Amino acid sequence: MLDKKIIKSLESIVGRENVSTEKADLVCYSFDATQQRCLAEAVVHAHSAEEVSRVLQLANAERFPVYPRGAGSGFSGGSIPTEGGVALVLQGMDKILRIDEENMVAEVEPGVVTETFQEAVEEKGLFYPPDPASLKFSTLGGNVAECAGGPRCVKYGVTRDYILGLEVVTPTGDIIRTGGQTMKGVVGYDLTRLMVGSEGTLGVITKIIIKLIPLPPAKKTMLVIFDSIRGASKAVSQIILGKIIPTTLEFMDSTSIDVVRNATDVVIPEEAKAILVIEVDGEEELLEKQAARILEIVTPFGVVETRVARDQAEAEDIWKLRRSISPSLRQVNPNKFNEDICVPRSKIPDMILELERISKEVAVPIINFGHAGDGNIHVNVMVDCSVPGEEEKVDRALEEIFKATLALGGTLSGEHGIGITKAPFLGMELNNPTIKYMQTIKKALDPNNILNPGKIFSASGQV
Amino acid sequence: MKELKKQPELKDYADDIKQCVKCGTCHAYCPIFDQEKREPMVARGKVTLAQTLLNGEVEIDKRFMENISKCLLCGTCADKCPNLVPVDEIVMASRREIAKRKGLTLFGTGLSTTLKSPALMKLMLWLGKTFSWLVFRKVPEKSGLRLRFPAPYIKRDRTIPKIAPNSFRDQHPEFIPGDKDKPQVVFFTGCMVNFMYPHIGDAAIRALKFLGINIHIPKEQGCCGVPALSSGDGATVDELTRRNFNALAGIEADYIVTACASCNAGLRGNLKKTGEEGAVLAAKVIDIHRFLVDQGLGGKLAELPPAEDKVRVTYHDPCHLRNQGITREPRAILHALPAVEFVEMKNADQCCGLGGTFSVYHYGMSQKIGAKKAAAIAQTDARLVATACPGCMMQLLDSINHAGQDQQVCHVLELLASELEKLDTGK
Repeated sequence: MLDKKIIKSLESIVGRENVSTEKADLVCYSFDATQQRCLAEAVVHAHSAEEVSRVLQLANAERFPVYPRGAGSGFSGGSIPTEGGVALVLQGMDKILRIDEENMVAEVEPGVVTETFQEAVEEKGLFYPPDPASLKFSTLGGNVAECAGGPRCVKYGVTRDYILGLEVVTPTGDIIRTGGQTMKGVVGYDLTRLMVGSEGTLGVITKIIIKLIPLPPAKKTMLVIFDSIRGASKAVSQIILGKIIPTTLEFMDSTSIDVVRNATDVVIPEEAKAILVIEVDGEEELLEKQAARILEIVTPFGVVETRVARDQAEAEDIWKLRRSISPSLRQVNPNKFNEDICVPRSKIPDMILELERISKEVAVPIINFGHAGDGNIHVNVMVDCSVPGEEEKVDRALEEIFKATLALGGTLSGEHGIGITKAPFLGMELNNPTIKYMQTIKKALDPNNILNPGKIFSASGQV
Repeated sequence: MKELKKQPELKDYADDIKQCVKCGTCHAYCPIFDQEKREPMVARGKVTLAQTLLNGEVEIDKRFMENISKCLLCGTCADKCPNLVPVDEIVMASRREIAKRKGLTLFGTGLSTTLKSPALMKLMLWLGKTFSWLVFRKVPEKSGLRLRFPAPYIKRDRTIPKIAPNSFRDQHPEFIPGDKDKPQVVFFTGCMVNFMYPHIGDAAIRALKFLGINIHIPKEQGCCGVPALSSGDGATVDELTRRNFNALAGIEADYIVTACASCNAGLRGNLKKTGEEGAVLAAKVIDIHRFLVDQGLGGKLAELPPAEDKVRVTYHDPCHLRNQGITREPRAILHALPAVEFVEMKNADQCCGLGGTFSVYHYGMSQKIGAKKAAAIAQTDARLVATACPGCMMQLLDSINHAGQDQQVCHVLELLASELEKLDTGK
């Protein structure tokens, strides 16, 4: 589909060294963290909004699909080039343009790595809270496009809550600006909110204006080990009922404990069946009190052991434990079907029961961990797809999980997005008129279906 | 002669390759990715290349070879990988696969004839005596150390150490007795200490003698095999490993100490793969800093008299020590030296950018990585940069020179030896 003439044009836009049609390069841009793979016909590295704009204009003229890509660490296939065309890599746009201490805003290019940005603002005593587990390598552009979350979101909110404005290249190649840099602003539609979480289907983000808050002076990290998952989930509800919102409130079930048992230096007792990682932040002198209050609340629920990190290194060890789960899951079974359902937080104990029931009924290991504090559970159905019948089990399990989630008033995805992996289930949560409303927007903005086609809405559901 | 197992093939890594879940963690730690921001240069890309080569999806073409060559083999990604995918081994196996299918065209043919031939090394040495670095730039087709420094790739302004007039092993007997109740060790010298930095070897001997250690320096030991591993020359690795096995197996030693981080990793890794007996030898391989500290060097250094003048010293972690968790021992030695005022540099644990063949074929990229290191060194106001690997020393000096800075580079052992010398003269 991409003939020589098109490749030449792409080269003239971004430079020869930034276009490749070599197979040995294409395979390296064929995947994301879902591990599904599709080959683009060309990889194009863009370095400015103007380049992105010209690539999209060319794509509209020549009718080839364009797949924007940050670090390619997404969990829903959002950046996978499912229909060939161009993988548009934005990792080279990695400058922090300004950090404005007076107004507590920053402006960055989309390829800036989340943690790099956080370190830069924290040096100035400022704070950008969203902390997806991938923060050491995921890009802010990708975080915005997927509306990434993370453990701290229980107290501080998600990516959406920190985006004041954007520069976006539209699917047809126009460069527009949404929002601004002021704390208030109601001029026209809230296009910023439309773009955040649009999964690269409505525009390519080329600049991000970010709201910052003061960096909390201190934090305290605790690891609480429970003898049952029910005890742990009840403890979560009680903490919230106690009118305390910790910075983070993460849980790990017994299977996730097993997979990370040897991954870090943290020693976990045999009887551990669930773990809560709780962090509080704020003024130093208030932390002791907050921590003590939380420990008091959770004690009746079968606490085996409690550890309070004495320093940053010990806190980091605790976090390493939590972050090691996701990549270590393969030990259980080679294929992971990773969902990130979200239920009202009071429903966490009910949802955990449902997941245990489904695991038993369908006879597949389901490993659960995640952000208990905001009801966002990472549900991992672990199978070996080379075994006949296993894939059917996955389909059954996922459908049951989604049904249970929705029945409890939850949602299919808290922070990973729909992409291709959850597209077939979209209709379970959204009614037809809602899907149609969304597709009408997509069609109006991208009449030739150039930008990230095949995502969010499954093929059967296209307008 | 004993039959030893050969280097594994790429297909033997099929299960390890499957362990990569493409999470992207390697992005955060790859020194090349940090500079270039391209997926083929990072572990996840390399593993995909290996995977798609094995399943026939890609072929070995120019770009494939280029991509596979862009790896420092620093092992940081493997060390940080949540699934412990041995990426460096997969890259080396991929290079062997290239060599197997395409011949040793890309990855330095010269080396295969050189490092396994002591006679040629001798010739090089003799040439070196006479012409030194000039000869080096015009290294003949089949000359020594050619892999690390093949002439056509050596830029004129690159800082390269001269070849020493006399090799280390030629200057020392095969056995230096110590105290009867002290351990017997083999000092595995490696090529750079033997041919280019014999004074580091001298420093090692001085330190070992200080503790009364019995030292064996078998003349038949050879190259550890790292340059050949890096270039995908499996046959040479096997031959070098057999040679070292034979040189080492006959000696009743408690330890095999190394003063070169890369030799440590190379020798240990290669011996381990040869079978049970090799694994026994491999388990004896220990870095000299760790050995000295384990043997109580710290306590003895505490007896050193205080120094009047102090020199500010910083330390660079060689990847092949850091990956084994050896970061405290060299620092402990530096801290214990009265004349050293130790200062930590930023990102001391990041690769210097040498990476054997990498710096030869991708000198520009290697320089960029080195420039970052040089900047970190400058920030410390140190006058000396100490490290524990001759390869790193060469790269650090080159990076410092290119940055127009004036710090000196040395081995931790050199500083240690010079303090011990004071003690001797004091006696």
